[in-house]
Amino acid sequence: MSEAHSGLVAHQFETAEQQRETANLGMWSFLITEVMMFGALFTAYGFYRTKYPAAFAAGSDHLDYLMGAFNTAVLICSSLTMALAVQAAQHGKRKGIILFLLLTILLGGVFLGVKVLEYADKYEHHLIPGIHFSVDSSYAAQIELFYCFYFAMTGLHALHMIVGITILGILVALSHRRRFSTDYYNPVEMAGLYWHFVDIVWIFLFPLLYLIGRS
Amino acid sequence: MSAHKIPARIYYLIFATLLLLTMITVEVAFYDIGILSFPVALGIACFKSTLVILYFMHVRYGTGLTGLFVSAGFIFLAILMVFTLMDLNTRDWQVQPDESGISLAAPFDHGYGIGKQLR
Repeated sequence: MSEAHSGLVAHQFETAEQQRETANLGMWSFLITEVMMFGALFTAYGFYRTKYPAAFAAGSDHLDYLMGAFNTAVLICSSLTMALAVQAAQHGKRKGIILFLLLTILLGGVFLGVKVLEYADKYEHHLIPGIHFSVDSSYAAQIELFYCFYFAMTGLHALHMIVGITILGILVALSHRRRFSTDYYNPVEMAGLYWHFVDIVWIFLFPLLYLIGRS
Repeated sequence: MSAHKIPARIYYLIFATLLLLTMITVEVAFYDIGILSFPVALGIACFKSTLVILYFMHVRYGTGLTGLFVSAGFIFLAILMVFTLMDLNTRDWQVQPDESGISLAAPFDHGYGIGKQLR
């Protein structure tokens, strides 16, 4: 390992490998705090769902599961392109990094676009919790609670998507300026971890929000 | 660099598996398997996440320390969920839902201050 002192390795590290490992552990520590944040929401969701199963099923029925399934597929595709971007970085293929990052950004954009359509639909049907919420049901209040969870969880997830897309945009610019090499591509790899994490959150959100009581 | 280079075909394989499992998730949701539908949906989601973590996030090819970090994170998540739900679901201030699954009476109004009445 001769990368030490080549300028790519910060001075507290012996080797590029050690630097990479450290970045990896740091990123995972952060992701675990994210897991706990979403975990708290999922816990609250689980509690109220066991309290009001029928209301949650009724609320879920107003969601378009096809849009949710489509978005799940889009996010899985974006995870693939992100993994391929990291792989291109490992092999030092600059054009590959840029291409796959742009594809990932595009797919992220499609996801958010569908989300906008869904939110607009909920607005039109008075399903946004608050003063104008109205459903024809004897347990409207509990259905409203379901929608509180729906908007809190998908909203926080969408916020993560927006942050992710911004980060990927910055990486495209950095990659364009030849800032990454086979010895140093930590930012691409860390952004990849973040992106896959956001995908995992959606993997849980989709069945828990869209597919209750469909049988 | 000794970073493990995973062949692209593994990524495509995982990708295809994830799509297939998504289709299964949707399919299963429309079958009446009663009380099993929630654990099945959750089980598939857990399996999909494990694939993403192990392969897309390279944990399988990483060091033992990374694996330990990730496992510890999910153990803490399990503590958060299991203990919270165990506590909440065994308190006597809960009103059991009626057969429609709805308890319209103010369920938590015992001075704990949470959700006296939803509306």
